[in-house]
Amino acid sequence: MDIKLIAEKLDKLDADTREGYDFDHQIIPGEEEVLQISICGREEIPVYLTLTDTQILCISYLWDEREVKAEAKTEMMEMMLDMNIPMPLSSFSRIGSKYAVFGALSLNSSMEDIAHEIVTLSDNALDAIEVMSDFLQ
Amino acid sequence: MSLLKKIFTAVRGGAREAGEAIVDANSIRILEQEIKDAEGHIAKAKQDLTSVMAKEMQASREIERLKTQSEEYENYAMDALNKGDDALATEIAEKIAGIESELAQQQEVKSSFSAHADRLRELVKKTERQLAEYKRQLTMVKTTDSVQKATSAISDNFSNSNSKMMSATESLERIKQKQREFDDKLKAAEMLDNESSDASLEAKMKQAGIGPQTSSASSVLDRIKAKKGA
Repeated sequence: MDIKLIAEKLDKLDADTREGYDFDHQIIPGEEEVLQISICGREEIPVYLTLTDTQILCISYLWDEREVKAEAKTEMMEMMLDMNIPMPLSSFSRIGSKYAVFGALSLNSSMEDIAHEIVTLSDNALDAIEVMSDFLQ
Repeated sequence: MSLLKKIFTAVRGGAREAGEAIVDANSIRILEQEIKDAEGHIAKAKQDLTSVMAKEMQASREIERLKTQSEEYENYAMDALNKGDDALATEIAEKIAGIESELAQQQEVKSSFSAHADRLRELVKKTERQLAEYKRQLTMVKTTDSVQKATSAISDNFSNSNSKMMSATESLERIKQKQREFDDKLKAAEMLDNESSDASLEAKMKQAGIGPQTSSASSVLDRIKAKKGA
């Protein structure tokens, strides 16, 4: 399993597997290659897919530390902890100064699983921003 | 110090920015070396175990052979006693004593090999557990490392593309707006579709003279004539 292979296979998925969404993607070069996947109509919040030795990581960035109302930060973090289990397949995290939702998959996952993860993560990211917008400036 | 603790300490110390190494490359190298060593130890222990087990089996076979031999000579001694040849019986008994002492020696050898094999099995198990632990820790480090590198690739790409950094709520609003536009278009298309199907139905009805008919000069004249006649 490598990034290019996943990208190639994403192009060949039928509409059913893509759960009705169209995907657009590009490989971001770097020390660690990243596949940026945009769901058409949701280009502002893409899903980033990266491979580690043991898992496929899908990450969507939510907001930056600067966007959080200072007085609401603790409550927001508590909400994130509370919501981690109810939120299907994705978890909250923070990378550098950015809050994120992510999901981890086995390297042996099928393309159907990967597509489902991408769509679910994107749905969860949009829902999370919507429900937590009170904590944001 | 466990690696999770190391990562925790680094994160707490503020090493969270992309590009800043949470776990230094040296720790990764050390872990990888430890994994390699542990794998080497397991391979060596398994090899030793094989040869110790082979020796153990050899000793068991030798013990069986000596037991059979001892029984055989006991029968001979019995025969000699039955024949009244005490001197021969004594000589055979001496042979049996020799065999028995060899047997005792072999049994000792066998139990020492058994104990050695047990120790090696325990060592293999322990090293395998340790190996799994090293691998778990390495996964932790490598995942942290991958995510950091991926994040820095993403942010480099983002700053290179010169796109304006939108806030989460702005992004969501744009996405919703697009969704609304899409829904509106869908609705408009639907309405248009309905309208045109209504229009074509009406045209068909009109042609067949069904439904509300538009008034024509002749129909108006007919109506007036009818009124006049009444």
